[in-house]
Amino acid sequence: MSIPPDSTALGTSKENQNGPNRRHFLYLGTAAVGAAGVAATAWPLIDSMNPASDALALATVEVNIASIQPGQMIVVTWQGKPTFIRRRTEDEIKQAQDVDLSILRDPEPDSARVQRPEWLILVGVCTHLGCVPIFDGNNLRLSDPDFGGWFCSCHGSQYDTSGRIRKGPAPYNLPVPHYSFLSESVIRIG
Amino acid sequence: MLHKSQFNNPLIQWIDTRLPIFTFIQNEYGKFQVPRNINYLWAFGAIATLSLAVLFVTGILLSMHYIANTAMAFASVDHIMRDVNYGWLLRDLHANFSSFFFAAIYIHMARSIYYGSHKNPRELLWIIGVLIFVLMIATGFLGYVLPWGQMSFWAATVITNLFSAFPGIGDSIVTWLLGGFSVDNPTLNRFYSLHFLLPFLLLAVLGLHINALHVVGCNNPTGLEPQMPQDTVSFHPYITVKDLLACCLFLIVVSVFVFFAPTYWGHPDNFIPANPLVTPSHIVPEWYYLWLYAILRAIPDKLGGTVAMFGAVLVLFVVPWLDTAKVRSLTFRPTARFFFWLLIIDITVLSFCGARSPEGVWVLLARIGTGYYFTYFLIIMPLIGLFERARLVPASLSEALSLKKAVRGAVLLLAAGGLMLSLAGHAWADPELPAHVWHQSGPFGTIDPQQAQRGFQVYKEVCSGCHALKLVPFRTLQGIGFTEDQVKTIAAQWPYLVDDEPNDEGKILKRAPRPYDRMIGPFANEKEAQATMGGSLPPDLSLIVKARHGGEDYLTAVLTGYQNPPPDGFKLIEGRYYNRYFPGHQISMPQMLQDDSVTYADGTKATVEQEAEDVATFLSFVADPTQDQRKHLGIRVIVFLLLFSGLMYLCKRVIWRDAH
Repeated sequence: MSIPPDSTALGTSKENQNGPNRRHFLYLGTAAVGAAGVAATAWPLIDSMNPASDALALATVEVNIASIQPGQMIVVTWQGKPTFIRRRTEDEIKQAQDVDLSILRDPEPDSARVQRPEWLILVGVCTHLGCVPIFDGNNLRLSDPDFGGWFCSCHGSQYDTSGRIRKGPAPYNLPVPHYSFLSESVIRIG
Repeated sequence: MLHKSQFNNPLIQWIDTRLPIFTFIQNEYGKFQVPRNINYLWAFGAIATLSLAVLFVTGILLSMHYIANTAMAFASVDHIMRDVNYGWLLRDLHANFSSFFFAAIYIHMARSIYYGSHKNPRELLWIIGVLIFVLMIATGFLGYVLPWGQMSFWAATVITNLFSAFPGIGDSIVTWLLGGFSVDNPTLNRFYSLHFLLPFLLLAVLGLHINALHVVGCNNPTGLEPQMPQDTVSFHPYITVKDLLACCLFLIVVSVFVFFAPTYWGHPDNFIPANPLVTPSHIVPEWYYLWLYAILRAIPDKLGGTVAMFGAVLVLFVVPWLDTAKVRSLTFRPTARFFFWLLIIDITVLSFCGARSPEGVWVLLARIGTGYYFTYFLIIMPLIGLFERARLVPASLSEALSLKKAVRGAVLLLAAGGLMLSLAGHAWADPELPAHVWHQSGPFGTIDPQQAQRGFQVYKEVCSGCHALKLVPFRTLQGIGFTEDQVKTIAAQWPYLVDDEPNDEGKILKRAPRPYDRMIGPFANEKEAQATMGGSLPPDLSLIVKARHGGEDYLTAVLTGYQNPPPDGFKLIEGRYYNRYFPGHQISMPQMLQDDSVTYADGTKATVEQEAEDVATFLSFVADPTQDQRKHLGIRVIVFLLLFSGLMYLCKRVIWRDAH
């Protein structure tokens, strides 16, 4: 279609009568209300990708720890992540408590990482890139027997008996989940 | 060679000289000249595009939660409705917008024929449009199969079997389409894949459609080509503001359905999981396929019916050549206009026929309707162009504008579309049920937690002996006012146990349910249920309110509708009971609710009617736990849209004041 451009473009003849300010106020107001509507619409769309309520309902697990002997560890799944429940020996506890905090990359006393010194509960996900570290009690791969904890075979991060980062690329200690002792033998994680 | 850009902004200019996309947008959506007299029927192209966009966004989000597996598809859709944040909104938007996408396209097509938009030089534009329509039909059908309800399954079966009508190779085609010898997992998987693919093809074809439009330009109600600058306006802002206003009004209409009647266009049977052994007594497609379905059934021959149905769509491709008239717009062709409106009525009647059981007068009507449909396109349309005497056509668009005609057509077309929509949706009759007043009915109604809790008590003490709620986790009960601890206790004391995780010896033991477990019933599977219940199967009650015509009214009617002895002359099968409202009147379930079947803690007198209403309320809640949230959000959305439409209307008036 070869039609010459329209000459009756916005705001020519009657602009002065209508008042350009009132007109612009109307356009801006409408655009603002429209933008608010679009923004409000975006939320349900984004939120639909957050965990659904069935996933949230599984956000806590209860674990019976009565049968775990000192020096033993079980791995349970919490929120789909491996969670270590380790009953530490006297030596491990002492090792964890005797560390000079000033040499730690992510300084945290052992007492801040356990509720009862015997029980160490950790999310078993390396803070480097998410692999599951292996407990290396025999110090086969740990570079210092003082560490006595976990070795991540992906990129060589080393954790001590409190799950604190000692060597390797990981920036932080293994996280401690929120948990509570429901009784002497049952803990709830999450 | 660099493109010469008109833009001053250095970044835009830099891009535009290398890839003139901004020039393209400005030419096609800014300066593009459109006849100034197009009416609101021309907005349905924009409305359809908006619908497509909503379907894309919601569809992609739904696909993140949907599982295309026959064992899990139905439950995954229920999971979307129940557990996914705003999942109900995504699903209700997707289902309703597919309906309204068709509605918009039907109006768009009818408008094209009415104003002669398919005629020279717009033949290819029309043909590409029909191609979009064909892709829509295919995509809509494929999508309807995915929820894997009874209607989904049997729609898949019936539609794929259409191809068996072709002599010789028909059966091989069907086997190839299904990937097996019946509709099964391979079918569902490929339908899902294709339901994802076809919309992208549609989008590509839509690109061609819009491109073709921007070459030949918009038609207008007079059908006359614009000749002078004052005959047209630029697309922006004149048409954009008009389209936006129309889209807002359209959104209000759709929102009413999405938020207050989300299953209005659907069918209760699709809330029953697919069962390859039982065909529902009355299967119908969605309303937008009803006229095609009627044409299929009108011909008493398998191949003939199939050919007629495909032909009804294919004939649209050649409409530009079947229409021999010189004058485009029916505004100036009274005789052709008469036959056009007859066609609209005809398609509406066919839609009614498609919704009814193919018996009696409906067969005859469907045949007459089919006859007229093809007569219109193949005989009336070519002949009328040759013989009719058109009214005096104005010499130019400017002259026509001073006459101010063609508005009536727009109003009539809209009214016809609305009538067809509202009637065809409810063309099947609900059984006569005593109506109750429900606390949860109406746009402002909410579930009464007190009543729902009483209903839960009835369910637990009476119904749960046979009927499970296997899609409903115990934690759902917090929605009717039970506390977290109460729910824990209810789950722990549930009479039926669930499988635990394997213990240290690898044995799977039973344990009491926890709040995240579902309300299972006494039977491990359907076989056990049938063996225990003397052959009959107590249905799962999770979605029963949605899966029966009449919902809560129907449940209450059945629970209180027993009659002993049955009316004179009624032959009751051994082991069945007479019920006034159960289809066929023979029900396997004895009258379970009696006065004082339960003792209510809140002192409410436990009459049969009270118990029935309470349990129906509870089941309404579990079938649709987000219903209160849905209505609440709906009111806010509609208030917002009304406000926004008001502002849009003011903008439109201010902008168009310059054009008149």
